[in-house]
Amino acid sequence: MISSMQTSRWNAILIPVLAVILGLIVGGLLMLLMGYNPIVGYSSVFQGIFGNMYFMGETLRAVTPLIFAGLAVAFAFRTGLFNIGVEGQFIIGQLAAAWVGAFWTLPTGLHAAVAILVAMIASGLYGGFAGWLKARLGVHEVITTIMLNYVALFAANWTIRTYLIGASERSKDILPSASLQAQWLSDLFEGARINWGLLLALIFALVCYWLLMKTTTGYELRAVGFNPHAAEYAGMNVSKNIFLSMLISGALAGIGGATDVLGVNGNMAISAGFTGIGFDGIAVALIGNNNPFGVIFGALLFGGLSFGADNMQRVEGIPTESIQIVISMVIYFVAAASVVNWLLGKFRRRQGVSQK
Amino acid sequence: MPAVVEMLGITKRFNGFTANDNINLIVQKGEIHALLGENGAGKSTLMNTLFGLYQPDEGEIRIRGERVNITDPNMANRLGIGMVHQHFMLVEPFTVTENIILGMEPKLGAKIDIRKAERQVQELSDRYGLRVDPKAKIRDISVGMQQRVEILKTLYRGAEILIFDEPTAVLTPQEIGELMQIMKNLVSEGKTIIFITHKLKEIMAVCDTCTIIRKGQYIGSVAIQDTNVDDLASKMVGRHVTFEVDKTPAQPKGPVLQVQNLVVEGNRGADALRGLSLEVRAGEILGIAGIEGNGQSELIEAITGLRKIKSGSVLLNNKPIENKKTRQIVEAGVGHIPEDRHKHGLVLDYTIGENMVLQTYYQSPFAKRGVLRYNAIYEYARKLIKQFDVRTPSEFTPARALSGGNQQKGIIAREVDRNPDLLIAAQPTRGLDVGAIEFIHKKLVEQRDAGKAVLLISLELDEILNVSDRIAVIYEGQIVGIVQPEETDHDQLGLMMAGGGKGKGGK
Ligand SMILES: Nc1ncnc2c1ncn2[C@@H]1O[C@H](COP(=O)(O)OP(=O)(O)OP(=O)(O)O)[C@@H](O)[C@H]1O
Ligand SMILES: [Mg+2]
Repeated sequence: MISSMQTSRWNAILIPVLAVILGLIVGGLLMLLMGYNPIVGYSSVFQGIFGNMYFMGETLRAVTPLIFAGLAVAFAFRTGLFNIGVEGQFIIGQLAAAWVGAFWTLPTGLHAAVAILVAMIASGLYGGFAGWLKARLGVHEVITTIMLNYVALFAANWTIRTYLIGASERSKDILPSASLQAQWLSDLFEGARINWGLLLALIFALVCYWLLMKTTTGYELRAVGFNPHAAEYAGMNVSKNIFLSMLISGALAGIGGATDVLGVNGNMAISAGFTGIGFDGIAVALIGNNNPFGVIFGALLFGGLSFGADNMQRVEGIPTESIQIVISMVIYFVAAASVVNWLLGKFRRRQGVSQK
Repeated sequence: MPAVVEMLGITKRFNGFTANDNINLIVQKGEIHALLGENGAGKSTLMNTLFGLYQPDEGEIRIRGERVNITDPNMANRLGIGMVHQHFMLVEPFTVTENIILGMEPKLGAKIDIRKAERQVQELSDRYGLRVDPKAKIRDISVGMQQRVEILKTLYRGAEILIFDEPTAVLTPQEIGELMQIMKNLVSEGKTIIFITHKLKEIMAVCDTCTIIRKGQYIGSVAIQDTNVDDLASKMVGRHVTFEVDKTPAQPKGPVLQVQNLVVEGNRGADALRGLSLEVRAGEILGIAGIEGNGQSELIEAITGLRKIKSGSVLLNNKPIENKKTRQIVEAGVGHIPEDRHKHGLVLDYTIGENMVLQTYYQSPFAKRGVLRYNAIYEYARKLIKQFDVRTPSEFTPARALSGGNQQKGIIAREVDRNPDLLIAAQPTRGLDVGAIEFIHKKLVEQRDAGKAVLLISLELDEILNVSDRIAVIYEGQIVGIVQPEETDHDQLGLMMAGGGKGKGGK
């Protein structure tokens, strides 16, 4: 039932690793069933990630926004909230960064920082709005954030078309002063679009961990997440914490959106559909067990596999869907951690009996 | 004939911490067997082992003479073992019958035969005098009846051996009387009961045998006719225990809490407090006696800022605190030991150490400029754990893993050590062993002697009579009388609590 701290810490590492192995096995069996050689398939995925510096750089580029999205979901989740609105908050972040990056003039470096800050504030307020609705009016955050995703998507398209339009259905390119790219970094990775965003993502994972685990704010947020009744009895302001949690979660998503515009594309496209990154963030957070460092692991796995899968399809003709299945299976096995736990329990029990 | 339950040399460890150390429990068919021990002695652990929730590290279990390996609760069910947990496991929106048949529904073709089920439930209920309404929804029935539904659940599954883990801790005195009768009915029909309780009077009233464990170790078993309350208490704690609260007459000073004409809405919309007034002075313990649901909870919530006050005033040290934020009230000097420790008193997923600073985590020395100082927090926790004798493997143990009584001691340590001017104690000794009760009562008296005001709310008249310096009787949201404990008794209080007869000095 209740495991000690040691076993639970150990399980926190063991379960995702086991889940990955199980996921790879199931995916391999599937490839076999579809008539492909899983060894060939997996090695081409591996090639697609680690094959050359360019692939590696591009993988890390793909991982960066996933870390932010995963952190956003995980942060809210740790405080008892299910933020499905990371997608919309990500879009708001992109939009704010595209606007500041292209239309403001500021010195190099500072320009990027200001663009990120504005994106953070905009998305933070956007997420915070859903928190406010929940705290004040009791509307469930899952409903509001799903709807706010659509609002964000269509509002962004309209804003780009009306105010920010540049060439070919995209916003005007950002000024070089706002870019997060570094020449030497691109050169190192043979022209890949890896950028400063990755470093920011790692820093923010640390900040998240620190904020949640080491500060009084985090203590309150987690207490409200675990048991809002006891938190209220202890004199904490539950409504304020719900708002704050969604504000921070949204801000994290917003930085992700900003780095995407400032570091990768240099502009924001008018888009018919969602980027999907916000939703992938849910999976990433799940794989990472809602732990900021786990999220980095989850994003590397998720981003790496998805990116490597393209190479597999290009070179071996094995459909990328098989890797999507692997990822789904990994998530499934993590989510079914109780099953894994149960298996572990059986195993230990068996051992206990045989000792007698 | 062999004993129906034999647990021999049972040892259970949790990561090096030994909760059960070579314990024997032998229960004869048709008896009520008490399992007695201090908080954290390992009673629930032993019973969870018998019910298949835990696997013993050493020892063997025999049921009706046959050696068995109880791997899970389903297996326990098949062996005729049923358990009523202290925390109910019922589906609130379902009816009584639906809850009882959950998992083994009688079928009529592919459909559930709910008529037949209701009939069966009614029959079982009548047979043992359980008096439940098979069609009522769980959320609409009292705690006492919910517990009887849990009992029916085990009976419906054919249980012959019933484990009751502290069933009386959540019941009102009236409901306890009813439960005792039900237990007698059950054994007269050939069932066997293992009964965990901290109330020695209950053991003397219904049990045949009592097995005592202390700090995870087997102390012995005694026949009830050969023992008495004092003997049981000293066997259990390992020293002599006094049941009288040792205190000098109160030396009350000026008022600390003044409540005037308080009107507060209850959960159902009607006014739960209807112009209630009372006063607690520095250096006294005011006990509130009353039948559950007469406004006690609402009164506490109103004072502590958890419930909106419609009209009336609350003064703390002559300063108004009505409708202030809970934090402001806490900081102004109010401590609160809540009635429901799991829901309101603890964050069960936090360590016991983290729970010790639930109100003070942002203050020095536990935090500096918004950053927690875990060293200071855990050092403080270690101090409280030692001082209040909280039995826990360590200060890093999640509060969830502590025994019920030790969770309560943790809360009391936290609230008393903050040294509030007004300490509100709601059912502070519910579920505690006699040694711990003695300790808590001593702490309350110490607070009083240090010139603090104590407001004690309890459903147990013995506690009210023993600890209070003055007793206020609450009835339908008003104080209907104030009496001195030495000038009253159970009967007079009982009458006043039921709305009859007034004591003198009622406001
Ligand atoms: N899952 C667990 N992990 C670690 N320690 C545990 C666990 N369950 C119980 N313990 C420890 O074992 C000891 C015995 O606990 P148990 O719940 O059996 O006590 P109890 O006799 O039922 O006490 P109470 O009367 O307070 O309910 C306690 O010190 C408790 O902290
Ligand atoms: Mg117990």
